[in-house]
Amino acid sequence: MDLFSNLALGFSVAATPLNLVYCFIGCLLGTLIGVLPGVGPVATIAMLLPATYALPPVAALIMLAGIYYGAQYGGSTTAILVNLPGEASSVVTTIDGYQMARRGRAGPALAAAGLGSFFAGCVGTLILAAFAPPLTELAFKFGPAEYFSLMVLGLIGAVVLASGSLIKAIAMIILGLLMGLIGTDVNSGVARFSLDIPELTDGVGFVVIAMGVFGYGEIISNLSLPEDEREVFTSGVTGLFPTAEDFKNMIPAVLRGTALGSILGVLPGGGALLAAFAAYTVEKKTKLRPGEVPFGQGNIRGVAAPESANNAGAQTSFIPLLTLGIPPNAVMALMVGAMTIHNVQPGPQVMTSNPELFWGLIASMWLGNLMLIILNLPLIGMWIKLLTVPYRFLFPAIILFCAVGVYSTNNNSFDIWMVAVFGFIGYLFVKLGCEPQPLLLGFILGPMMEENLRRALLLSRGDWTVFVTRPLSGSLLFVALILLVVVLLPSVKSKREEAFVEE
Amino acid sequence: MNIKSQKDFFSGLMFLIVGGVFAFGATSYSIGSAARMGPGYFPLLLGVILAILGAFVLFFSLVVERPDSDPVGKFAWAPILYVLGSNISFGIMLVGLPSIGLPSSGMIASIFVLTLIASKAGDKFVLREVLILATVLSVICYLAFIMLLKLQMPVWPVYITG
Repeated sequence: MDLFSNLALGFSVAATPLNLVYCFIGCLLGTLIGVLPGVGPVATIAMLLPATYALPPVAALIMLAGIYYGAQYGGSTTAILVNLPGEASSVVTTIDGYQMARRGRAGPALAAAGLGSFFAGCVGTLILAAFAPPLTELAFKFGPAEYFSLMVLGLIGAVVLASGSLIKAIAMIILGLLMGLIGTDVNSGVARFSLDIPELTDGVGFVVIAMGVFGYGEIISNLSLPEDEREVFTSGVTGLFPTAEDFKNMIPAVLRGTALGSILGVLPGGGALLAAFAAYTVEKKTKLRPGEVPFGQGNIRGVAAPESANNAGAQTSFIPLLTLGIPPNAVMALMVGAMTIHNVQPGPQVMTSNPELFWGLIASMWLGNLMLIILNLPLIGMWIKLLTVPYRFLFPAIILFCAVGVYSTNNNSFDIWMVAVFGFIGYLFVKLGCEPQPLLLGFILGPMMEENLRRALLLSRGDWTVFVTRPLSGSLLFVALILLVVVLLPSVKSKREEAFVEE
Repeated sequence: MNIKSQKDFFSGLMFLIVGGVFAFGATSYSIGSAARMGPGYFPLLLGVILAILGAFVLFFSLVVERPDSDPVGKFAWAPILYVLGSNISFGIMLVGLPSIGLPSSGMIASIFVLTLIASKAGDKFVLREVLILATVLSVICYLAFIMLLKLQMPVWPVYITG
């Protein structure tokens, strides 16, 4: 079979001792840097990119793929341990992951994230190898109207993430969308809401909002509570590894997450991100088994599903890059940069002109995932030790890493002032019972949504019905509507509130 | 009329005002039509929706009965001041303030200032411990950011190194 001979070729390229070493170094560096709060995969790859210049192309790309997975896993680690999403797709992981850590179950949470990611990575690699060309066709079917509807669906899905009031969650999404619009409008070049501050014409950075609202806001509200009521961690850490019961809960969640992630990852433009949100939404809609912890309070499925989805999505998001040459996100854009530096032109021709590179890269992704699990399972014990550090030492360190991370993304002190502003806003949100996760999703999708809305209506000459008359777009909106109705139904509503009775 | 939920009352007010401000701001850009949207179209739309949602939240906070008044509670000004203050001082120390001619004091000094101020926000402040923490953090940052990642930032005060 083609698939196997191709994969065999890939492994013969990737599994040379030297390439394995580069893969390992990449994973290690990626994990160590990605674990620092405020330094996500994009920053990590950007920082480490120069280190790969001297290597041969295959080795360089293998190392970069290692850094990518390492950084992504590192980002999930901080999401679980200190409630700081290192990147957009680990926002969901903070919800249940951090709760698990607070209940002394950081070990199982980290293991679930790692094992789920590994499984999803394996499946994603196979899918990538088998379906790259046909899946590309799917991406072509998506016009601006479909993208817009998909984002609406994603945002409605995010509402279900919020544990409090539905209407406040929707308001937070809109607020996030508005914040995402700050900066120069790409179509007209007008600087919107920039208050005549030159730095604001570039918009507000994701890292700034994430660190301010999640990092500083959380720290302030923690410190304002008396020590015994503080929302930090229980001292009793129970078990480093998931129990048999955990596995029973985890496995279906991982399977569902992987399936969703593989499909949504193909779409250019935040596929992996939407996949993580969608996977969490699906988990929350499935029935709780007797004795299971409710969502939002440390359910292991709430960690396993989005982490698998996100990793499967990350894997299949290589499809548009390798087959069409379109980078679906910032990380992939950096990979394109790295490829061109090494004289490889990404696009459909890579598969035929450079088969060793193409299949070598695919094989190395799988190896990267394997390395990661070997590397990280022993590290779990070490990360957990980190939680035993008293909070009064931990929080100044978090503030410091946030400040350095924020400064280093643009080497600009303006971002440091902005993160202070968002720290206050974040604390305000905590005080007013507004949850920040939907805001962050809205913020990321804001510019994309406007762009696709504009394009769709431009093509339809201002006819809004285009969103319902195009079948794919119409059905996406229909699903969004159903989701909204289901959440609003009195019976579900009371159950939903019941699930969050402790909030 | 009594406020039934303080949290909702104030968040509703916040959404209403912020939505209004964004919508008002959007009117200063060209709006255009649905087929040819100007830069003001989408923000105006969102601002109006946000204001409407805010009004709903506000309305419900006044009518829906609940067992407690869902109080917002006191603002923890001390932690706010120390946490955000430490962050701002870090920025000032790291890059200096060119407008008043304050030069950069470099990363190491900035870390000490940040750690000292931030630690004041905790309940226990033991100077010796804080200084040890700052030293440990300085070493970590030097190794990670300067040696390994080669970030472009001053390490020592410019007025010492010249």
